[in-house]
Amino acid sequence: MLEIGLNHYLVVAAILFSLGIVGIFINRKNVIVILMSVELMLLSVNINMVAFSSYLGDMVGQVFALFILTVAAAEAAIGLAILVVFFRNRGTIAVEDINVMKG
Amino acid sequence: MIIQGLTFYMFALIAIAAGVMVISARNPVHSVLFLILAFFNAAGLFVLLGAEFLAMILVVVYVGAVAVLFMFVVMMLDINFVELRQGFLRYLPMGLVTGAVLLVELLVVVTGWHFAPGAEKAAAQPTPDTVTNTHALGGMIYTDYVYLFQAAGMILLIAMIGAIVLTHRRRPDAKKQRIYDQVTRRKEETLEIRKVEQGKGI
Repeated sequence: MLEIGLNHYLVVAAILFSLGIVGIFINRKNVIVILMSVELMLLSVNINMVAFSSYLGDMVGQVFALFILTVAAAEAAIGLAILVVFFRNRGTIAVEDINVMKG
Repeated sequence: MIIQGLTFYMFALIAIAAGVMVISARNPVHSVLFLILAFFNAAGLFVLLGAEFLAMILVVVYVGAVAVLFMFVVMMLDINFVELRQGFLRYLPMGLVTGAVLLVELLVVVTGWHFAPGAEKAAAQPTPDTVTNTHALGGMIYTDYVYLFQAAGMILLIAMIGAIVLTHRRRPDAKKQRIYDQVTRRKEETLEIRKVEQGKGI
C-alpha cells in the first residue's frame, strides 16, 4: 500500500482527467470554468508523461511534458484573449449566446 | 519509503480534492484558487517522481502566469455568475455518468497493462545517475531537441502576438501624443495671417 508504483500515479492522473471531463459537462454555461477544466486535463496528461518518464528511466517524457506545458500556456493566453474580446463585443460569455457563426 | 508513500497520498488526495472544488465551486474566483492548489500539489508529485525542473516550471508557468491570467479575467469581466450557474443540477447526472464511464475505462487500462520486456533498454535518452535532473534536461533540450525547443518558443511568440492583436483596441477619444503628426506639422497649415480692420472683429 505504501509502496508507490507507477500505477498509483496513473490512477491519480486518470481521476484528474475524469474530473476535467465532468467539469466541462456540468459547467457548460461558463467558458472560464470550461477552460480551467481543460487546464486540469492537460495537467493530468503531464502527470502521466512524467510518471512514465520516471519509471522507464527515459528523459524524453519530461521533454515532451515541457512542450505540453508550452502549448497549454499558449492555449490559455489565446483562449482568454478571445474571451475578453467576445465579452467586449457582446457583453456576455454564456456559451449558448455564442452563436454568431451558427455552428 | 513510508515517508514517500505518505507524501504521495497527501499530494494526490489534495490535488484530487482541489480538482473537485475547481469544477464545483460556486464562485469562479474560488475555482481559480483551487486550481492553483491543484497545480502546487501536482508539482509536489513531480518532485516525488524526480522531475524537479518540471515541478518548478509548473509552479512558475501555471501558478505564476496561467492562474494569474485566469484570475485577472475572472475579476475584470463583469459577469453575473449566478446566471451562468443555472442548469448546474440539470447537467450534473449526465456529467457524472460520463465521467464515471471514462474513469472506469481508464482504470481498466491502467490496471491491466505491463511493460514490454526490454522496455527499459529501449529508452531513447536514459536518465543519467550522475547529474541533476535540471542538468540532464538542459543537456537534452539544447542539443538533441533544439528544433522542438525553438518551435516551442515560436508557439509562445505567436500566442503572445495573437493575444495582443486580439485584445488591443484603438480608442479615438483618448488623448495621446502622436509624434508623427507633431513632426510633420507645417507653418502654412497652422498659421494664418489676416488683416483686421480697426473697430471690427474677425
